[in-house]
Amino acid sequence: MAILIDKNTRVMTQGITGKTGQFHTRMCRDYANGRNCFVAGVNPKKPGEDFEGIPIYATVKEAKQASGATVSVIYVPPPFAAAAIDEAVEAGLDLVICITEGIPVRDMLRTRYKMQGWKTRLIGPNCPGIITPDEIKIGIMPGHIHKKGRIGVVSRSGTLTYEAVAQLMEQGLGQSTCIGIGGDPVNGLKHLDVMQLFNNDDATDAVVMVGEIGGSDEEDCARWVRDNMQKPVVGFIAGVTAPAGKRMGHAGAIISGGKGTAQEKLAVMEECGIKVTRNPAEMGKLLKSMLR
Amino acid sequence: MKIHEYQAKEILREFGVATPRGIACFSVDQAVAAASKLGGSVWVVKAQIHAGGRGKGGGVKVASSLAEVRQLAAKILGMTLVTHQTGAHGQVVRRLLLEQGADIKKELYIGMVVDRGSQRVCLMASSEGGMDIEQVAFSTPEKIHKVLIDPLAGLIDQDADDIARKIGVAESAVIETRALLKNLYRAFDNTDASLVEINPLILTADDHVLALDAKMNFDDNALFRHPEIAALRDLDEEDPAEIEASKYDLSYISLDGNIGCLVNGAGLAMATMDIIKLYGGSPANFLDVGGGATAEKVAEAFKLMLRNPKLQAILVNIFGGIMKCDVIAEGVVAAAREVQLSVPLVVRLEGTNVDLGKKILAESGLPIISASNMADAAEKAVTAARGV
Repeated sequence: MAILIDKNTRVMTQGITGKTGQFHTRMCRDYANGRNCFVAGVNPKKPGEDFEGIPIYATVKEAKQASGATVSVIYVPPPFAAAAIDEAVEAGLDLVICITEGIPVRDMLRTRYKMQGWKTRLIGPNCPGIITPDEIKIGIMPGHIHKKGRIGVVSRSGTLTYEAVAQLMEQGLGQSTCIGIGGDPVNGLKHLDVMQLFNNDDATDAVVMVGEIGGSDEEDCARWVRDNMQKPVVGFIAGVTAPAGKRMGHAGAIISGGKGTAQEKLAVMEECGIKVTRNPAEMGKLLKSMLR
Repeated sequence: MKIHEYQAKEILREFGVATPRGIACFSVDQAVAAASKLGGSVWVVKAQIHAGGRGKGGGVKVASSLAEVRQLAAKILGMTLVTHQTGAHGQVVRRLLLEQGADIKKELYIGMVVDRGSQRVCLMASSEGGMDIEQVAFSTPEKIHKVLIDPLAGLIDQDADDIARKIGVAESAVIETRALLKNLYRAFDNTDASLVEINPLILTADDHVLALDAKMNFDDNALFRHPEIAALRDLDEEDPAEIEASKYDLSYISLDGNIGCLVNGAGLAMATMDIIKLYGGSPANFLDVGGGATAEKVAEAFKLMLRNPKLQAILVNIFGGIMKCDVIAEGVVAAAREVQLSVPLVVRLEGTNVDLGKKILAESGLPIISASNMADAAEKAVTAARGV
C-alpha cells in the first residue's frame, strides 16, 4: 500500500506557473503514473488558463472541487508560501507538501498554530517531497534512482536521502515510500509521525531514518520506536563534526545551548534499539544486515 | 543574523523596554564626550562584539571619573577580546557602548527562543541572572521557569505575572515587569527575532526593572521584510570567507582541518565532513553549493577553499539528481583549470549520467582522483592530504 500517496492520489500544484513549479510539475507528471495524478494547478491571476494541459484554478478550493485533488504541492516563493499552506489547510486537503525553502519561522509558527483542529497533514517546508516508487513522485527528487520495494526512508535532508536510496539500490533493496521532512525548525510531519505510518504499513518491512544536528525530533522518534516499533530501524545522524552555534545550511541544523548534537542523538537512538552507523557510506549495508 | 548590544537596546527601547542610558562610540574621544553628556559619576565601558562572555574576557569595565573613562576606552578599543564564544583567535573590539552605571539590587535572566518541540515561542526566566545560563540549566534546572507563548494571543498578563513572581521580583515591581516582558515579546515577534536574551535584567535599588544587557538574533529568512535590521549587519564580526561565499549564494563555514569539501546539499555536506573525520582526516570547511550548481558557482567555491593556507586536498562529493553529473563534471574541470589547482582533487560523482561525468573527468588530462563511493572518496582524500 505504501504510505500517504500512491498511484491513485490526485495532486494540485500551488505555484504551477513559476519556473520551479513548471519544471518540477513536468518532471513529476512524466514519472510513473504522474500523467493521471497531476490534475490541477493554482494561480489566483491565471484561472481558466492551463499549464501543458493541466487546468489552472484561482483557488485551492476551486481546484479541489473541479479536479478532485486532495493533495497539493507548493512551490510558491517564501514570502507567500505560509499563506499558501493556510489556504490548502482551510480547503480541507488531506496532505500538503511544501517544497519552498526560506519561509520565515514566524510565518510557520502561525501556520502550524492555525492547522490545529484541521485534518491536513503537512510535509516540509524546505524539503525534497515524497515518492512512492514506480507509482507517483511529488517533489524534486530524481525519480529514476528509486525502485519499488519494501524499505521506508525518512530524512531531514535532500541529497543525503538520495544517497541512502542509492545505497539501498546497491543492496538490491527497493523502497515502499521515501519522505524528506525538511530542514526547518518549525515544520509538519516529524520523524516520529512518519515512523508510525511505516509501522502500520503492510508494504514496509524496515526503515532507514536519516537525521541531522539540531532539535530533538530524532530522540522523540527513537523513544517511540523503543516502545512501539515492530520493524527494524537503522539510523544515521549527519553533523558529528559540526561546530556548535553555526547554522549548517538548513535553518534547523544548528547546535544551540549544547543541545541537538549528533553524539547525543546517536546515543539515544542506540539505547532505544535503533541500529545506528556513524559511517554515512554504510546505511544500505547496515539495513541489509538487519533483514533475514 | 546577529547585532551588537547597543543596537539591540535601541530596538528594545522603541518597544518600550527600559534600558540604562547609553551612547555608542567608535573612538576614545567619543567615549569621553559621551560620558560627560550622560552625566553622573559612574559609567560602564562595554566592548561591542557579537560574542558573549565579554565581561570575563575583560571587555566590560566600570569607570568613576572621566579620566578613567578615557583610560579604559583606550584600553578596550582595539583590543583582541578572547571569550568562550570567540574561539582562541578572539575578536578585535571596534565599537564601545558607554552607559550610565546602575544601582543593582538583584540580577535576573530573561530569554526568548523558538521552541521546536512545541512550535511556540518560549519565554525562559530565572532568578539566577548574570551567570552562564546554560550552566544554570544544567546544574539547577528547577531555577529556570518557562512559558510557551500563544502566537495569536501573545504573552498574557497572568503568565507574565507568574514568571515575575517566580524569579523573585518584588510585589511592587510586578506590574512594571509584566509590561517589560510583554514589550519584549512584542519586540521579538515584530522584528522576526530568533533569540532575545536579557542577562542580566536587574532590579534596581528603588525596585525598578532595567535591561542591563541585551542580545538579539534574527531569522535570516525574514530579513527581506526588515531592511532596517538588515542594515545593522556588521561585516567586521563575520568570517571574510563566509561573507565572500554569501555573495555567490554558497553556504560556507570555515573549520580547522585541511581537507576542503565541495558538496551539493547541506545534509550530504555534513555527512561528507563526518566521513572524512571517520577515516582519520579533518575537514577544512562546510560547503553546500546548493541544487542549482553552475560551472561558475563551482569555480567560485574552488577559489574560496583555495584561500585557506592550510588546505592539503579537496574532496568533491556530488549526488547528481536533477543536476546531471556530466554538467557537474564539466564545471569541476573548468574550475580546476581556471584556478590552477595546487592540491590533490578527489571527485566522487553519483546519480544521473554518472558514467558520462566520470568520462569527462578522466579525459580532462587533469590529475583528478576519481572515487567510486563516499567511503572510497574519504579514504583517498585523507591519504592525499597526508601525502603532500
